[in-house]
Amino acid sequence: MEHTQSFKFFNRGPSPAVRLIFFSLLSLLLLFVDARYKYLEFARGVIAIPVQSLQHLTILPGELWQKAGTFLTAQSTLIGDNAQLRQQHILDAAQLQQLQTLQAENLHLHNLFQVQQEASYPMHLAKIAYAGHDIFNRKLLLTRDERSNVLAGQVVIDDRGVVGQVTRVYPLLNEVTLITDKDHAVPVQVLRNGLRAIAFGSGDLSELSLRYMPISSDVQEGDTLVTSGIDGTYPPGLPVATVSRIERDPAYPFARIRCTPIAGVDKHRQLLILTGLPDLPKRPQAVPEAPAGQPKKSSRKNP
Amino acid sequence: MSTHFPKDQEFLLPASRTFIGASLFVALMLDWLPWQGIWLALKPDFTALVLLYWCTHKPYRVGIGVAWVVGILADVADASLLGQHALAYSVLAFGGIVLHRRVQMFDLRQQTLQIFPLLLLAYAVYAAVHWQMRGYIAWEYFIGSVVSALLWPPLTILLQALRRPRANSGQL
Repeated sequence: MEHTQSFKFFNRGPSPAVRLIFFSLLSLLLLFVDARYKYLEFARGVIAIPVQSLQHLTILPGELWQKAGTFLTAQSTLIGDNAQLRQQHILDAAQLQQLQTLQAENLHLHNLFQVQQEASYPMHLAKIAYAGHDIFNRKLLLTRDERSNVLAGQVVIDDRGVVGQVTRVYPLLNEVTLITDKDHAVPVQVLRNGLRAIAFGSGDLSELSLRYMPISSDVQEGDTLVTSGIDGTYPPGLPVATVSRIERDPAYPFARIRCTPIAGVDKHRQLLILTGLPDLPKRPQAVPEAPAGQPKKSSRKNP
Repeated sequence: MSTHFPKDQEFLLPASRTFIGASLFVALMLDWLPWQGIWLALKPDFTALVLLYWCTHKPYRVGIGVAWVVGILADVADASLLGQHALAYSVLAFGGIVLHRRVQMFDLRQQTLQIFPLLLLAYAVYAAVHWQMRGYIAWEYFIGSVVSALLWPPLTILLQALRRPRANSGQL
């Protein structure tokens, strides 16, 4: 076999260099198109079906191991857990009562100010299938339920706060970009005083930063940041991060503000997807503004 | 060692299409295991290594086209930009094919030194794409290339052992 192969000298097709150039150009083209446009999402979805079902196979042993572990857990731990959860439940119920009073009060106040009331949003539990393998680009992939209408752009939370945002929807899985991702930004508000800001991911799983905040801005260490809701993507009031460190160096125009995400960005097996986006009032049309601009010009001319 | 036949000259079973496919499949599955934390940074690129093995040992069976297709699969699985792994694996396969005679002449230690630059080149492709997208160079990518290169001898020994005829080893 080793020797017969050398006789196939004449029908080997194009030389390796030609092939390399061809496939490199093809890859570069794909890279360019994928980075700039959305044309390849369909092809990606088609390839994803077999690939992601294979990936399910790779996490199967781990899941079986976990299941065996829980199966063999001693009853005492279960009893302990149960008691602890019961206590937690009582505490939560007490807080929930307060919440109901607060909600009623809030509704009342909203009615007083005649502001539209933000409804609570339908959500849907999804399991983490696996996390992305690129250390700089941690995407989470969640299992997808056929019945739920998950769309790209919807917000993913855990029991404590915002985890990320659905960025791509595959036939079998949903891809989630974490709030700590380098490219990701969340519009936030400081809970204490309502100051608006934007929290950027740092690429590090345990850190966010508030950029472009002047040195004099009223942010203190320990402040809680919640979503402001003015972007129309994130519903208002979800906890995002706490301010952990502030450096105010007079040499720079902006303060360096580091925050720690409140949600367990890298912790859970299950997350919640908020499947209903808030209905924003429609953006005012540009057309009525144009005639409004003309009288201004004329008014300028007049004097 | 110099009078000894080079490793690849010993009698090996012809590599069947199934065996090549299965080895690539296993490598992809190893890459897709849920790696976490420090292990993710240290994770060797099994697929790249197996591709490189076949490109240096059977350059006319596994070439740049196969490498490209495998790269596309890896891209989809990682949710990275489409074409990133494909480009890296194509370059790697080309390097493997160009160097295949030289690599087969050497023993494992020297082979490792020969293939390390190739792996470095493949990881440089990832880093370059990352740099174009994010605007800074991520040196942590290169840790993986060192670990991958260190994994070359055991992987070669394993694949050679699998390709050796069974009955012989028992009688000798």
